Amino acid sequence: MNFFTDFGRFVLFMKQTLHRPQKWSVFGSILIREMYNIGIQSLLVVVLIAIFTGAVTTIQTANQLLTPSDLFPTQLIPKFVVGAVVSTSSILELAPTITCLVLAGKVGANIASEIGNKKISEQIDAYEVMGINSASFVALPKIIAGIIVIPSLIIVANFLLIYGGVIATQFTSALTLDDLIEGARMVFHPEYVKIMLIKAFIFAFIITSLSSYQGYYTEGGALEVGEAGTKAVTRICIFILFFDLIIAQIFLGL
Amino acid sequence: MIQIENLWKSFDGKDVLRGIDATFKPSIPNLVIGASGSGKSVMLKNLVGLIEPDKGKIMYGDEDFASMDYNEKQHIRRQIGMLFQNNALFDSMTVEQNIEFPLKMFTQLNPSERLDKVNQCLKMVDLVNSNKKYPSEISGGMKKRVGIARAIVLEIKYLFCDEPNSGLDPLTSRVIDELIAQLTVDLGITTVINSHDMKTVKDIGENIIFIYKGEKWWQGSKDEIENARINNKELDAFISASF
Repeated sequence: MNFFTDFGRFVLFMKQTLHRPQKWSVFGSILIREMYNIGIQSLLVVVLIAIFTGAVTTIQTANQLLTPSDLFPTQLIPKFVVGAVVSTSSILELAPTITCLVLAGKVGANIASEIGNKKISEQIDAYEVMGINSASFVALPKIIAGIIVIPSLIIVANFLLIYGGVIATQFTSALTLDDLIEGARMVFHPEYVKIMLIKAFIFAFIITSLSSYQGYYTEGGALEVGEAGTKAVTRICIFILFFDLIIAQIFLGL
Repeated sequence: MIQIENLWKSFDGKDVLRGIDATFKPSIPNLVIGASGSGKSVMLKNLVGLIEPDKGKIMYGDEDFASMDYNEKQHIRRQIGMLFQNNALFDSMTVEQNIEFPLKMFTQLNPSERLDKVNQCLKMVDLVNSNKKYPSEISGGMKKRVGIARAIVLEIKYLFCDEPNSGLDPLTSRVIDELIAQLTVDLGITTVINSHDMKTVKDIGENIIFIYKGEKWWQGSKDEIENARINNKELDAFISASF
């Protein structure tokens, strides 16, 4: 199947999915379950990755900017620049992009496998025969849940990335907590948070919609369900990085 | 009553159904038989709207299901129940929740009324005290019973069964056949059963349609099939292979 056929099928899938739920009470209970599955179940991994990434980014940035070299024997760059670099990269790149790449593996593969399993075991057909819009029934709660909880996870990740940097300052003599905070405050701009949230919503939609689509069109058996999960994660990662580039160019390109 | 007129369906240029005409009558089990790949599953999927036919009419009463769009089909679908080959039970739901699901989606019944209805259906399929079990915790025969209970819970007019005996031992197969035949009579519904089990044919085949290479090759009843095979070598080969 070529790209355009696949894209056309995705558009038709979304057209079928983005419909008013047939029964709001049933939709509401599924939505809450999905928010728990996507949000709460992913919280621990997001927390750990954000703290470690924040710490590593701070140590490496400090090492590269503050270590005297043959070219620059004395330290030319003020220490607070490290804080500026770490906080800006956290808001603009690490929090939305790294978190969503991790969630692509955790949430995306999970959704694709779950829906793929429903497809091969004829549960999707059972919904259709009952007169239920199967695409909307299985995918819409996941997409809405993702759009609500993934940006929330990204906001949490953003704070923890900075906190990871704070922890890192305790283990290095090259940089103090005050340097980090001063740098972060100096370059903070509310526009950056807006860009982070735009990325968060777009990436959340990519993760949940692409994985639902991949699962919904699974055919075959257990092997194909596994393949659907792998394919979903690969595509989600590519599209996240592609849209990351586009958003960066639109909002930050010179 | 369901009537099919000149039903055609092809995949990748290969005709799978070739101008099938058939009538499925209410209150008797209608059997569609044929070898694997003969097109009977495709015909069933056309009947319930999972596949769109290329040509032909599928009349539910006086309404042509095949010519309706997605939204128009919904009111016919609410009158349809289906027992799938692999049961298609929702594995994250208990037996009770599986049967309750269509009631939750399509009725305004309160929880206690729904539970009464669920228990009534479980009694009809002779499956009591299994409400809280999950599909993975019950046997193949019990899964079929749950599938049937879920299919009939909405007071349907049409019941479709795709290979209801697949994966069952001979004794349980007979019990399921008899259960479907009994419900067909008791509820006065039109039942269409896909099968390649000749024991089913001999037990409950009141109206049998034999499909061969996508065409309706023979139609009759269980009392006529033995005579018919004498002059019909394809039917004879199918029956012989089945034993």
